[in-house]
Amino acid sequence: MYSNEAIIGSTTLASKNAPIESLAWPQEGLHAIPDWVYTNESVYALEVERIFHGRTWNFVALEAEVPNTGDYKRSYVGPTPVVVSRAEDGSVHVFENRCAHRGAEFCRHSRGNNKEFVCPYHQWSYDLKGNLQGIPFKRGVNKQGGMPKDFRNEEHGLRKLAVATRNGVVFASFAHDMEPLEDYLTPEILEDFDAVFPGRKLRILGFYKNELPCNWKMYHENLKDPYHATLLHSFLVVFGLLVAGNRSAMVADSKYGVHGTMASAKSDTLYAQVDEDKKKEMRSFHDGMKLRDERLLDFVKEFDSEWSVTMQTIWPNLVVQREMNTLGVRHIVPNGPNSMIMLWTMFGYEDDTDDMVRHRLRQGNLMGPSGFLGLEDNEAMKFVQEGVRRSVTDRSILKLDGDKIGTADNLISEAAIRAMYKHYRQVMGF
Amino acid sequence: MLPGFEKKTVAPAEALAARVAVEDFHAEYCAILDGGELERWPDFFTEDCLYRVTEFENAAHGLPVGLVYAEGRDMLHDRAVAIARTQMFAPRQILHFVSNVRILDVSAGEIVAQSNYLLLQTLVEGATTLHQAGRLFDRFARKGDSLLLKERQAIYDTAMIANDLVYPV
Repeated sequence: MYSNEAIIGSTTLASKNAPIESLAWPQEGLHAIPDWVYTNESVYALEVERIFHGRTWNFVALEAEVPNTGDYKRSYVGPTPVVVSRAEDGSVHVFENRCAHRGAEFCRHSRGNNKEFVCPYHQWSYDLKGNLQGIPFKRGVNKQGGMPKDFRNEEHGLRKLAVATRNGVVFASFAHDMEPLEDYLTPEILEDFDAVFPGRKLRILGFYKNELPCNWKMYHENLKDPYHATLLHSFLVVFGLLVAGNRSAMVADSKYGVHGTMASAKSDTLYAQVDEDKKKEMRSFHDGMKLRDERLLDFVKEFDSEWSVTMQTIWPNLVVQREMNTLGVRHIVPNGPNSMIMLWTMFGYEDDTDDMVRHRLRQGNLMGPSGFLGLEDNEAMKFVQEGVRRSVTDRSILKLDGDKIGTADNLISEAAIRAMYKHYRQVMGF
Repeated sequence: MLPGFEKKTVAPAEALAARVAVEDFHAEYCAILDGGELERWPDFFTEDCLYRVTEFENAAHGLPVGLVYAEGRDMLHDRAVAIARTQMFAPRQILHFVSNVRILDVSAGEIVAQSNYLLLQTLVEGATTLHQAGRLFDRFARKGDSLLLKERQAIYDTAMIANDLVYPV
């Protein structure tokens, strides 16, 4: 059910949507998260202004989605619709999907190719870089009407965003004086980002989209929370993809603390050996589960990395998924405090053999809105959003591995989530 | 829309018999899923089947990804067991409706058909919602009167999925 179709409790409690001036972070500091970060309309509005429209690089596209001159796609920076366009000189441009004239969201197809953008309302036309080219009847008819003489097309183009690319991944920012993308992403994060995007040409395998009835930050938190992976995802545990005790890492960048890499190395045997004492801690453990088709879990070593799995959270709107050989980017579109949209682009590499493409497709069953892992995350986050929005209790606990903020050296830790909120509080003034 | 599912000329009597067989198949298939007998779902497929659920845009542009993608009945079996026994999700009721059965081709060993489908979902204390609307492109193996799916491509128009798709279509 979409988040706007709830029958019971479709309105948020007043206490969970209080005036922003009255909000105070709990005394526990980073050992607690107040519910209002997930439920408050004013907090959400400020996040859009300070984070998504502020000093951040936002993912908008893979270059492989717009490979040729004139290719375009609809995309988003925060909740704001933008168009990503490939111009004649090969450069990629990002501009608001809003006609400069009367504001129509003119680009309606998910993807396509054209020679120019024409607003259907009054047919103002823009070139592939977003510059205003033509206005019908600009000089009026029979010397009557039309634009004033001092109207300059060059002053009325589409609102353009700053653009930066790295190895085929396109980012945009409303801030035109951003630091270089490489500095923003930080060396710790680039190490695994570049393993997925080493400059090899990508081949797009397709798309999924879903609405999650949860706050957008929960998705980041979920991928900075290695604790859940060993508990919620029994599939991972049963088949030894991730077992408490596997070689693993939860990295937070040391510059901002908002980007992260959750990494693990698959054990050599197909099925995990789980100690008796660990089994007792994991209620979802199913002894003796075996796959009939074990190809699902084949791992072709194709990356310059010690990890078989890396899930990267890139602030504020990107997840890079490398779950063995199934690769994807997840574009987070915040949609009010109680909802987010996730736009998935699954890909491989242009030089993949047919067998490798099929292997990626088979392994894709682990992730996505119908994936063995993806589905459980979506369900769990929905439960959390309903809990924080509808209850009287006003905060959640964040004490695992309590002294640490940032990179964790074990899985039973919330240190990376605390690092994210440390930065968040600075940016938001909480 | 999908290569291999073009409309061919089929004699009316043959098309009618095929349509009855396909409609029977859909009724039994949906009854198993809607009745919660998920682990019997793979029995409707041949051993070397192909099963894919994907959004309209992927199908229209020839992109191969599946929201669900399975090669062979064993993969369907693994999915059925995973959902039925290991996965965590909120309890729900589902109802499948399959209609507009259209016979595309008939041969001695095969029926090719296209149908429309609706999937309704009801969560605890929730409204009954239209969870997915789409088209089924099916290739059946015939053995006497009984049919098994050699290929099912479920192509959904409902591109923005409400949270997730738990049970198969």
